Amino acid sequence: MRIIEGQGVTKYFGGLAAVSKVDFYVDQGEIVGLIGPNGAGKTTLFNLISAALPFKSGEIRFKGQLLNGLKPHKICKMGLARTFQETRIFADMPVFQNVLVGASFGTPSRISSADAAREAAQELEFVGLSAMSAIPAKDLTLVDQKRVEVARALATKPELLLLDELMAGLNPTEIGETMELVTKLRDRGITIFMVEHVMRAIMGICERIMVLHHGEKIAEGTPQEIASDKTVVEIYLGE
Amino acid sequence: MQITTFISTHRKLLIGGFLLVILILLATLPFYGPDIGVRENIIFKIATILMYAVLAVSWAMFSGVIGYMSLAPAAFFGLGIYITAMLWGEVPLVVVYLAVMICCFALAMLIGLVTLRLKGIYFAIFTFGLVFLISYLFLYYELNVLHQPGHTNNNPISTQTLYFIMLGLAVAALFTAYFLRRSRLGLAMRSIGGNEAAAAHMGIDTTMVKVLTFAITTLFMGVAGATYGAAMSFIDPATAFSLDYSFKPILMAIFGGMGALYGPVIGAIVFPILEFQLSSDFPLYFPIIFGVILVLTVLYLPGGVAVPIQRLGTKLWTRLTAKGGEAEQYANN
Amino acid sequence: MLEAEAIPGIIVNGLLRGAIFALVALGLNLQYGVGKVFNIAYGEFLMVGALVTFMLYTSAAGIDPLVSMIITGSITFLIGFGLYRTMFTSLRNRLPPAAFEGSSLLAAFGLIYIFQNIALLISGDIPSKKIIYLNYSREFLGVRIPINQLVAFGIAIAIGVAFYIFVNRSRLGKAIRAAAQDPATAGLMGINIKLVLALCFGFGALLAGVAGSLVSTYASVSEVMGLGYTVTAIIVMVLGGLGSVPGSFVGGFILGIVSTILVRLELSSLLVPIYYGIFLILLIARPTGILGKR
Repeated sequence: MRIIEGQGVTKYFGGLAAVSKVDFYVDQGEIVGLIGPNGAGKTTLFNLISAALPFKSGEIRFKGQLLNGLKPHKICKMGLARTFQETRIFADMPVFQNVLVGASFGTPSRISSADAAREAAQELEFVGLSAMSAIPAKDLTLVDQKRVEVARALATKPELLLLDELMAGLNPTEIGETMELVTKLRDRGITIFMVEHVMRAIMGICERIMVLHHGEKIAEGTPQEIASDKTVVEIYLGE
Repeated sequence: MQITTFISTHRKLLIGGFLLVILILLATLPFYGPDIGVRENIIFKIATILMYAVLAVSWAMFSGVIGYMSLAPAAFFGLGIYITAMLWGEVPLVVVYLAVMICCFALAMLIGLVTLRLKGIYFAIFTFGLVFLISYLFLYYELNVLHQPGHTNNNPISTQTLYFIMLGLAVAALFTAYFLRRSRLGLAMRSIGGNEAAAAHMGIDTTMVKVLTFAITTLFMGVAGATYGAAMSFIDPATAFSLDYSFKPILMAIFGGMGALYGPVIGAIVFPILEFQLSSDFPLYFPIIFGVILVLTVLYLPGGVAVPIQRLGTKLWTRLTAKGGEAEQYANN
Repeated sequence: MLEAEAIPGIIVNGLLRGAIFALVALGLNLQYGVGKVFNIAYGEFLMVGALVTFMLYTSAAGIDPLVSMIITGSITFLIGFGLYRTMFTSLRNRLPPAAFEGSSLLAAFGLIYIFQNIALLISGDIPSKKIIYLNYSREFLGVRIPINQLVAFGIAIAIGVAFYIFVNRSRLGKAIRAAAQDPATAGLMGINIKLVLALCFGFGALLAGVAGSLVSTYASVSEVMGLGYTVTAIIVMVLGGLGSVPGSFVGGFILGIVSTILVRLELSSLLVPIYYGIFLILLIARPTGILGKR
């Protein structure tokens, strides 16, 4: 079943099309990758899906419901969560409270503070950060801050999780650990749609990959198909 | 040392008790002291301090947490004064308060819904001009509808009444600020202040949270104004509306520090006292000093004096507890 | 009520006033659009210009206001440049953009009180500060035009045109536009961003000072005149669009005409409410905001 699909999604910034007539879909339970050179429109597409940016052309449906015109908080409550390229944690708040925000407000119906606290503790445990609960988020290392973002998004009980360059800035060990984390997420039943530059991660965990270039989708397929696709190799070598 | 362990385990109780003692002292202040004339003067000054505390605390509740710079206190404070000018004498004070609260809330909701869903600068622009906007509207009303300059208050409330109401308001404002921090709404506010886009993506309706919080804070400002207005003998738009009533509370909150509950209170004590001392002999100097202090605080001490105070407190505490630990070790050997 | 014969007079007087409004909007545009400081103390620079012109005119030297324009422009430029180079740059280096906007606003708030009260200390005991300069009118096509206002209008237009040409044709102008749109990239391309931003803020202050000199030729000067002009500058900047020189003039003229009409109808107390009403309507009509980049 398609958990999310988009048709003809287009976004202009001034005269430039950042995303141009993109069709995409993700099936439930999949891990799908979104790659492309810098400026290809990947994060923009994510911003359109999560309603961080508005768009007028095209349609995006999540679990059959039209996302056009909805605000981010409504979309979150529908079960779609995301992390951000620039790691948007609540810097001055302790790690626990960061995740508590997701737990408290991300569910469609109101949740008691005791339940929210329990949920937050669980997700912190899942990403392995329970020991850091009381530390202000800004004092954490980059890889741990990204885990906080993941835990926070998880606390909103998503069915689809958008990961925006989760591996950026991590060293090889950290990349390996994060790859394991993503697989664990899928094993929990969460569908993953991820933007990545780190090829090892994309090839290693994605079942299907979409390639964007200058805002247009130019290729789609399994990792092997994409790796051997001439156009894709060209645009990456030409970079 | 037994004393320090006692203090740390019963910290909240001790702080609460200390505050209660201060409250009782303040509440009984009007009943003892030197002769009536001097007493009245002092009571009025403290009432003024309490009034600024209400304004500074309620300003910090919104702008300090959510990060949107509001220049609105003067507008809502003045609105409270002016509505009181129109209604006091005709209706009981409670009804005046009700009218003020309804008007402030409605106006705040309107402004909030239009400007708070956009970037912070629009909100700042609008709240900056709001005090002029409202005062000019009332000026027009006086010139062309009432044909009468200003309102005279034939039944001003006594200084004592002013004092007690302001005390109650200040306590209410502090309580609200305290519980807001711990509440769900407070968590939402702090996450908006931390990163608004991320907060929206966590399921928080950021516009509604901003608007509601803003509207709640204006209630305090309006009621403070209404009380002050009920004590004034003559009110017209020029006396009711002044940018000073935005400048001073903001200065107090910034100087005292918005990260702590007591920060704005410190400012509300320091600056009125400074003004009382300087205003008779140097009426033009103290605004300059205030302006300079605001600029210096913004530049060099953005967290206010609460930051060094807190650091000092932690240092002292660690010294005390460390010493106590050492003494215990020696005692047990 | 308004008679039909009065309309040309209203339009002309509106345009005369509007040119000054445009000038101040231009200055604020520079300070906020490029320097990213929402300077609510902007009108105080105008007040400084007006006050200095008044004092120079009434001093023993009796300096012509149009000459002291050069002096006041230089003074306000230096003050603005200096403030930006020290205070605002320090804030800008330390804080992310959103926090910078808030903090610089607060600092400007403090400046209002500093400027106004220093001015009061200097000249507060002088009750009426009015310059008598070119204080006669001529009739052009049936409309009485005060010559001092006409001169002010001419100078304001000249400055506006010169500025427009400067921003669009000169190298420094290009650097300014680049700095306004994307300071980081502009810096990487070799533009001395710190200098350009401070210069812009200084220019903005200069425009305010010059406007103050012009205003003093036909209106009375007071130490508290600044806030009104700040409000006007804000509204015109919002109306005309951020970063647009022609927009500032169109907005200025519209507001000039509106204010002239209101004064004629003896509704001058409704000026500010109507300005803000316009602002509100614009915000509701264009929910994405009006201060978008061009």
